[in-house]
Amino acid sequence: MSRLELFTPSAGQLIVEGLYKNLEQRIVASPPGLCPVDITRAFIELCHAQTCGKCVPCRVGLLQLKHMLTDVLNGTASPDCIDRIEETAYSIMQTADCAIGQEAAGMVWRVSRICRDDFESHIRSKRCTCTTSQPVPCVTLCPAHVDVPGYIALVREGRYADAIRLIRKDNPFPCTCGFICEHPCEARCRRNMVDTSVNIRGLKRVAADLAGKVAPPPCGPSTGKKIAVVGGGPSGLSSDYYQQLIGHQVTVYEMLPKLGGMLRYGIPNYRLPKDRLEEDIDAILETGVEVCYHVKVGVDVKLDDLRSQYDAVLITVGASTDKKLHLDGEDAPGVMSAVGFLRDISLGNIPDLSGQEVAVVGGGNVSMDAVRSAIRLGAKKVSIVYRRRVADMTALPAEVEAAEAEGVELLTLLAPTAIELGEDGHVCGLRVTPQMISTVRGGRASVHASGEPDRIIPCQTLIVAIGQNIETRHYEESGIPVSHGKIVTLPNGGFEGIPGVFAGGDCASGPATVIRAVAAAKVTAANIDEYLGFHHDITCDVEIPLPKVSDHVPCGRVELPEREAYVRKCDFEAVENCMGESEIAQESGRCLRCDHFGYGIFRGGREKIW
Amino acid sequence: MVNLTIDNQPVSVKEGTAIIEAAASVGIHIPRLCYWKDLNEIAACRVCVVEIEGKEQLVTACNNYVEEGMVVYTNSPRARQGRRLNVQLILSQHDCKCATCVRSGDCSLQKLSNDLNIQDNCFEERLEHQEWDRTFPLIRDSQKCIKCMRCVQVCDKIQGLNIWDLEGTGARTTIHVSGGRTIREADCSLCGQCVTHCPTGALRERDDTEKLWRALADPTKTVVVQVAPAVRAAWGEGLGLTREEATIGKIFDALKKMGADYVFDTVFSADLTIMEEANELLQRMASGNLNGKPMFTSCCPGWVRFVKAEFPEFVPQLSTAKSPMQMFGSVMKSYFAQTIGKRAEDIFSVAVMPCMAKKGEAWMELYYEEYAGHDTD
Repeated sequence: MSRLELFTPSAGQLIVEGLYKNLEQRIVASPPGLCPVDITRAFIELCHAQTCGKCVPCRVGLLQLKHMLTDVLNGTASPDCIDRIEETAYSIMQTADCAIGQEAAGMVWRVSRICRDDFESHIRSKRCTCTTSQPVPCVTLCPAHVDVPGYIALVREGRYADAIRLIRKDNPFPCTCGFICEHPCEARCRRNMVDTSVNIRGLKRVAADLAGKVAPPPCGPSTGKKIAVVGGGPSGLSSDYYQQLIGHQVTVYEMLPKLGGMLRYGIPNYRLPKDRLEEDIDAILETGVEVCYHVKVGVDVKLDDLRSQYDAVLITVGASTDKKLHLDGEDAPGVMSAVGFLRDISLGNIPDLSGQEVAVVGGGNVSMDAVRSAIRLGAKKVSIVYRRRVADMTALPAEVEAAEAEGVELLTLLAPTAIELGEDGHVCGLRVTPQMISTVRGGRASVHASGEPDRIIPCQTLIVAIGQNIETRHYEESGIPVSHGKIVTLPNGGFEGIPGVFAGGDCASGPATVIRAVAAAKVTAANIDEYLGFHHDITCDVEIPLPKVSDHVPCGRVELPEREAYVRKCDFEAVENCMGESEIAQESGRCLRCDHFGYGIFRGGREKIW
Repeated sequence: MVNLTIDNQPVSVKEGTAIIEAAASVGIHIPRLCYWKDLNEIAACRVCVVEIEGKEQLVTACNNYVEEGMVVYTNSPRARQGRRLNVQLILSQHDCKCATCVRSGDCSLQKLSNDLNIQDNCFEERLEHQEWDRTFPLIRDSQKCIKCMRCVQVCDKIQGLNIWDLEGTGARTTIHVSGGRTIREADCSLCGQCVTHCPTGALRERDDTEKLWRALADPTKTVVVQVAPAVRAAWGEGLGLTREEATIGKIFDALKKMGADYVFDTVFSADLTIMEEANELLQRMASGNLNGKPMFTSCCPGWVRFVKAEFPEFVPQLSTAKSPMQMFGSVMKSYFAQTIGKRAEDIFSVAVMPCMAKKGEAWMELYYEEYAGHDTD
């Protein structure tokens, strides 16, 4: 016998590790809308299997919780059982020796308090109020409910133009979204249960790249109704597209020289090349949208004028101004907002940053756009200054990685406290207070000063990217409800007591994503149509290919290749390239066709009309 | 056309044909349970699994489609084992007391189980318990439901009433009346399509035979029976009789032998209804009461329930006449009772009808105590 031995896991232990991994993947792909009581019962059963067996509350208490939850589900529990579950769970939380029991019971305790209605329904009527209603995870999680399995099947068949037509039924920005959509659709892709999610955005990009020019469907007969749309960003333009298809005549009022809003003036060319954005905008304009450029509503024309001239008015002004740090010197030369910085670049007023040190405050996607643009403008050193840690940044992890690859410094746990100005009044540095990460509040780790002395980060350009604001003043003065800096609409996008006026997109939701702007546009388009006394349908006659018989052999996910960081950081050309032919075939073949297999074939697999 | 091989037979069918239909085109029957062409092609029971050469997974023949060069085996050991096990799983949640089941002899599950030679089941029986109001004309027995979803589909897609829905999630998912309602609260028109489409005895109509036997045995009751025209036309089918053998006279004769005092044909009261409705139509047209729209017949209680629930705006267009069944009862408990010198209370009015909606109609409060009890007992 040796005195000490290296640990080697047994075959059984390795299998259990595999099961844990599998469980993680299954949880990633959890179908939404399950019964909280049933899931809690299943969860507590797993937790109970993890108990070491030493202590009473965890060894026996979790078992009793499971029995009680089972009784509730079987409809055999008495009405006071909910209280008993809550008390038992609370007691286990209080008396268990370690996190295995404490945290498991904590989960049951929270569910028993928050989901009391579900418990009561099981006990009183012996019936469950939950039912499966979201069978296709990608379609459910896409805010605009784009028919993902449908267009992936079309891409698989090489019917790229049909794929674009199908996407446009729910989203008139297929090309744009192929480049920059945050793809919430991929989060719970059922393919996660086999290996990992399908590269849905990548396949949309494939369709956009290979379809060529696809004309929009013909517009319906004119209804004679006129609609004014304030703001030519993604939400306004999407709504225009559907209104024109329906047969209404839209006029867009755009304050800037070109259409696209944040897509053009906020997102750098290397992420979304302008000529590709034009593809989507051209198709939208082809439906007959009229545009008035350089008109700012509230300055050049009043909302009330539009109301009297048009049958309906849609406000989609986006979130186009910046949030301030509220530090002295914020208006000094060299200090600018990320929104302004990125807009200037898009307008052709390109600042020269060569040889400079640039600091960018903020950890969101706009901050990443600013730092990566600064690198491309020749800055010597570009740093992100962020109060929390990298893991806490709201930017997509891929964006953070790309920025790092291009040479951006991530300076974390530093809170800006003062802007340092040189003798010429120009910014020369940012004073920051070191922070330490602390307790989790509201699901997010908070920070507080670590006690270390302040530091100064030298910089000749300081860019503030801590969020965007909405220009609401004119609308507020015109009687539109505004709260916390946002326009407050009813769920249908309209307003109580202000007939014919609707709002959607960032100005109503707060700064969000392009696909959420499109989703809002569908809502406003449908409700403006109803308001005008119609009920037109939006549909698409593309036939979806039947699924092929295939085994689900685990297979890696194809990622879109990127240009080498060393090269791409020297220009504003697109960073991402498309997939190759065999990659397209493989990746599109990974789709499990949840529209056809599983619950989708029974119901909810395909909504052909909205 | 797509060319493939099924059980070593060459098959050539149109693109987009499901394997189950391709096999049928060359006389190969693939066992199935939930499948109903064009209505329920959802592959829920997994009984129609077949083996495809070169594929690890068995696939269901009802929702997978032919491909060029495909080689299908419908009865390979692997397909048979998968199919058989799935039927055993279904049986583990099915109340298999066939001796007391109304569908015994006409049950898809019973036939399938027999065909697959399943004589015992390795799985323990675990039946679901769901409460049901057994006085309602439509009865659902959760312990016999195999969750094929046909009832949901026929009610949603064809009848458009959405009475049935899935309820609960996960392993506890079951079928129940939609929206958390009870069947009595739901707007079920009692059309009976769910019963017709149910492969087992999970859905059936309430059985009232014992009530008839009791009335026949009661010396104070005069039992009068009416037989609906639809019953006359179709009754032989279920018993395997030819059209020539299945005469109306045989039903009348049987009823008399059972002890019925009088047996009538509903065509008589159908004529009464037609006369009433025709008179009403003329009157209402003359008075302008129909607003230039048609008048709908009220002779079918399923239809009347449907209009009331789904298109209440058309209720004024319905005729106000009773249905033939109810008119028969009214006449029996008034004119006929007087004619034979009986009191209305002594008449027991029986209707042999083809549909559940009649059971609903017979017990409507609207028709209670007009003469004695209900028009139809």
